[in-house]
Order: sequence, then structure tokens, then C-alpha cells
Amino acid sequence: MDMIFDILSWFFILAGSAFVLIGAIGVIRLPEVFTRSHAAGMVDTFGTALILLGLMFQAGGFNLVLVKLVMIGFFLFFTSPVSSHALVRAALADGAKPLAEDGSNLEGAYKEKGEK
Amino acid sequence: MASSISLWVFLYVFWFLLSGHTEPLLLGFGAISCAVVVFIAYRMDVIDHEGHPSHLSFRIIPYWVWLCIEIVKSNIDVAKVILSPKLNISPVMFKTKANQSRELGQVIYANSITLTPGTVTLGLEDGILEIHALTIEGAKGVLSGEMDRRVCKVKGKMEGHNE
Repeated sequence: MDMIFDILSWFFILAGSAFVLIGAIGVIRLPEVFTRSHAAGMVDTFGTALILLGLMFQAGGFNLVLVKLVMIGFFLFFTSPVSSHALVRAALADGAKPLAEDGSNLEGAYKEKGEK
Repeated sequence: MASSISLWVFLYVFWFLLSGHTEPLLLGFGAISCAVVVFIAYRMDVIDHEGHPSHLSFRIIPYWVWLCIEIVKSNIDVAKVILSPKLNISPVMFKTKANQSRELGQVIYANSITLTPGTVTLGLEDGILEIHALTIEGAKGVLSGEMDRRVCKVKGKMEGHNE
């Protein structure tokens, strides 16, 4: 049983690390702050979630360590979107121009009054 | 008063799980610190339905499971985009309407959009979300409105008296 848990734990921790690494590569490769925030979002959702999952298998059964790991995951789940949002909002407020096309012509997009 | 007590109970359980102490003296200290925190929160007038959302029902749990699956899917999509040699991104900005009737539902929706990589909510004003998407596919995914509908379902059940 320990063996299985160890293998699962290794699998999840390595997969999580891979996603953190890909996120870091993304932060370097992508052109500007808004697109980079997507790569950073990958790190703080899937990367951390997988690493936490891997650590949970190392907690050794149902105990306080497991509960704490679940709590860390739970709070990250709520705080990470707030921090990403604050980051891009601050960039906008500072006058950074997003490298993005106007998508108001996309199907279903909200159009402001006066716009066609 | 009822919400103050339930906040205290919540804080005390949280304190106990984090500390793991069972000595009576330390349990007492924990109880006192939680009471002080509740008192400060009461003085700050932040014990309202938003700061202490006890009305959030368990119906949100199936939504979270669905959201986690979406997060995994979009993570794989973004990872593919990042690792592809050509880096074929097509960033796009657009606005969309959040159909939830109240702020809490709109915030759940906006947060869910930000949580899924590839889409970030830039702003939320009067129920209009401003979204930046890494690829046009991600933008279309948001505009299909499935997430919006699911949040509405959860929130509709939670705010039965409203609409």
C-alpha cells in the first residue's frame, strides 16, 4: 500500500512540477503582461494543486497534516484568482496596453450602447 | 448575533485544525482569541452575508467539481500553446454580460473565469465583465455561456427569494 501511495505521490508531484516549469517557460516566451498572466495562472492553479495532491499521499493517512494540505488548497482556490485579477487590473491602471484584438464582434459578446 | 456565534464556531474549528493542541489551557487561549477576532469583526461591521456566507449551500460543490475539470482541460490547452514552437496565440479582449442577479454570483463567475488559465477577468462593472483571453478558442469557450449558466443555477438555488 505504501508503495502505491509513493508512486502516486511521485506521479502527482512530478506532473505538478512539470506544469510549474511550463508556466515559467510561458512567462518568458509570451510577449507582454496580460498574456503572461495566463501562464502564471497555470502555475497557481494546476501546478500547485497537483503538488498538493502529491503531498497528500505522503501525509500518511487521515490526519491533521492532510487537513492542513486540503486547507491550503482551498484557500489558494479562492485567493489566486483575486491576485491575478488585481495584477492585471493594476497593469491596466498603469496604462499598459494589452496586445489583443477587439473581440466585441465575437458571437455573444456584449456590445456597448452606441456601438454597432 | 447568530452569525457572530457561527463565525466563532467556524474560527475555533479552524484554529483547532491548524494548531492540533488538546491541552485545556491552550484550548482556552484559542477560544479567547477567536472571541476577540469575532468582537473586532463585529466592531468593524463586517459580519454580513458577504463576509460570512453561511447561505452558500452545498449545491456549489458539484459546480466546483465541474470547474476543476474545466481548469484541468484549459491548463492542458494553455500548456500546448506555450510549448508549441510557433507560439500561436491570438489574444483577444471582449466584454460579456454576467447573468447572475447579485454581486456574489457575479464574483463567483468572474473568479471562475480567472481561475481557468487562458482567460482573465480585467473588470466587473454593473454586471458587465471585461475579459482578456489568450486564444480565440478560449474566448469562444467563455462566450458559449456554459459557465455562466452553471453559476446561475447554483446562485439561483441560493438566492431563491430573488427572482
